[in-house]
Amino acid sequence: MSRADEIISVNNIYKVFGNQPGVAMNMLTSGATKNEVFEKTGQVIGVFDASFAVKRGEIFVIMGLSGSGKSTMVRLFNRLIEPTAGQIYLNGREITGLSDKALLDVRRKEMGMVFQSFALMPHMSVLENTAFGLEISGVSEQERHSRAREALSQVGLAGQEHSYPHQLSGGMQQRVGLARALANDPAILLMDEAFSALDPLIRHEMQGELIRLQAEQKRTIIFISHDIEEAIRIGHRIAIMEGGRVVQIGTPQELINQPANDYVRTFFKGFDSSRVLKAGDVASFDPAAVCRVNAKAPQFQLGVPFGYLLNERGALLGVVDTAAAGTPAPCNQHQLQPVYTDTPLHEVLDIAASLPYPVPVLDRAGAFQGTVSKNQLLQTLSRH
Amino acid sequence: MSEFSLLDPFQYATIPLGDWVESTLKFLVHNFRDVFRAIRWPIDQVLNGIEFTLQSIPPSIGIILSSLLGWQLAGKRMALLSFVTLTLLGLIGVWSESMTTLALVLTSVFFCAVIGVPLGIVCARSNRLEQVIRPLLDAMQTLPAFVYLVPVVMLFGIGNVPGVLVTIVFALPPLVRLTNLGIRQVPEDKIEAARAFGCTPRQMLTRVQLPLATPTIMAGLNQTLMLSLSMVVIASMISVGGLGQMVLRGIGRLDMGLATVGGAGLVLLAIFLDRLTQAMGARTSADPSLRWYQTGPVGVVLRLCDSAKPAERRKTA
Repeated sequence: MSRADEIISVNNIYKVFGNQPGVAMNMLTSGATKNEVFEKTGQVIGVFDASFAVKRGEIFVIMGLSGSGKSTMVRLFNRLIEPTAGQIYLNGREITGLSDKALLDVRRKEMGMVFQSFALMPHMSVLENTAFGLEISGVSEQERHSRAREALSQVGLAGQEHSYPHQLSGGMQQRVGLARALANDPAILLMDEAFSALDPLIRHEMQGELIRLQAEQKRTIIFISHDIEEAIRIGHRIAIMEGGRVVQIGTPQELINQPANDYVRTFFKGFDSSRVLKAGDVASFDPAAVCRVNAKAPQFQLGVPFGYLLNERGALLGVVDTAAAGTPAPCNQHQLQPVYTDTPLHEVLDIAASLPYPVPVLDRAGAFQGTVSKNQLLQTLSRH
Repeated sequence: MSEFSLLDPFQYATIPLGDWVESTLKFLVHNFRDVFRAIRWPIDQVLNGIEFTLQSIPPSIGIILSSLLGWQLAGKRMALLSFVTLTLLGLIGVWSESMTTLALVLTSVFFCAVIGVPLGIVCARSNRLEQVIRPLLDAMQTLPAFVYLVPVVMLFGIGNVPGVLVTIVFALPPLVRLTNLGIRQVPEDKIEAARAFGCTPRQMLTRVQLPLATPTIMAGLNQTLMLSLSMVVIASMISVGGLGQMVLRGIGRLDMGLATVGGAGLVLLAIFLDRLTQAMGARTSADPSLRWYQTGPVGVVLRLCDSAKPAERRKTA
């Protein structure tokens, strides 16, 4: 059912909120829309026919506006909310339909969860809060305290064990929340808008922390967010939800370059796409402007203002100003500052502004891949 | 008898509620005497145990112990308050009566807690049960005590045990209500977090719901205590001893002195118990960064022991 690199796969999941989910499901399968179902039966569709897979060791961000079903979606993974129809597989084992006991086991061992509201227990110290999941699973006091201490030091809270949650700032409270989820050493970390309640500076810091932790431990993280900056910063892949549907899944670049619909496009309105896009995403290859050096005298077609001289292996030798009688301009090291396909676009802006000709883009092996002109840059930036 | 009239149908059509109750009661008394005897037994044991203990402690020792208890639970101010109220009780000459009343109150609070807290927990879990229990609680609180005093006497006789029973009836509702409320008011996100980490329903109750509901439950216990105290006077009509008896006798003989002494004793006892339980509630709602044994007289003793030990070591070294 699931491939080896997929830790979670979701097949045609539906969630209907209300007292007649069966009626709503019948209407949906016979083709009714979400709004029709709500008008006729009063049932609210939380998640509508979602299917996707999360790969092992990636940060998978589920994004959407409020009411898009993203928080419902994340609670379906550990069945805090029961799906109405469909299946979810964890490592090939079906979670939907597990017995209560097996489900408790999954929650205790496989999944840790971090909440927007922190949800720490006010009557427990930081150490007891962190060890909460372990205590519930019946781990001995000595072991759970040592594991909790370790988790606290991972999130930079060593020395705060005996404080109480109300004595800590919001950022520190959420670190405790994160430590509580990490202490169980779960395979999957579910984070429900975990950083949304924090102020921007702390949020940025926590995002960095999460990226660091993930890089160290290669844990699968499913992150819910409504913030595009956050999603792009931490997400390896992003799923965008709209009205309970998953409308598009892809890497940040894919979403920016090929948005599936206007809803996805509006997410990137006002987002500085030059920070996500790479030179290679914008570069275009014009055969007319390229000349292999084995031709003795470089010949360029008329109307091409600049030509690019390559050697046999495709490496760039120099740039020719065709207006200057077709003679090759000498290779100027300063002017051939390399721009690679994976150079972020915002670093290219500066270089493009200082060069009279379109910026040549190379791959990491040094082979010429195309050029980025000022016009292309401006068009790209104005599009988003 | 006049003719049946639609304008005033109640001349003719009435329900003989009084008769029904009377015949039911007669039936119960005749057939279930042993059941009611059995109900008396545990109350009798607890009441006698508590009363014997309280009566056998000499007043001076009792005052010192209560002051230490107050210090341990709520600090030195509470110790002072305990000392003052209890000494006044002794000074106005009602020590023995107060201890009888205290025993009655503690017994009924004990049974209220045993019945009320679990009932409140079950109510918090089931909306349907809450709907059933609620009017029952309303009735228990609003029905004049005199109404059930008579059937209780018929079923259980007179004396302290039926007194405790009518007190339980009157004092139970706030504890059930507030336990129910306290558990329902536990924030949803804490419940969800506990579920996400794999709590069983039992762990949810003992590790999350009850600790978070404790301040509310303590408020309920405080109310129960206060209501029990106020019920003691009414219960004295079925020959319950203690301060209530003094008040009742004072009223009967128009002896204002006696009634006032009894009343003042009740008020002093109420102040003592109220402050003590409130302090216990406040303590559980604050986050104690110190363990309970690190404060109060126990803490002092432990510190003394601790400082004595290194001294010994120094001597040996």
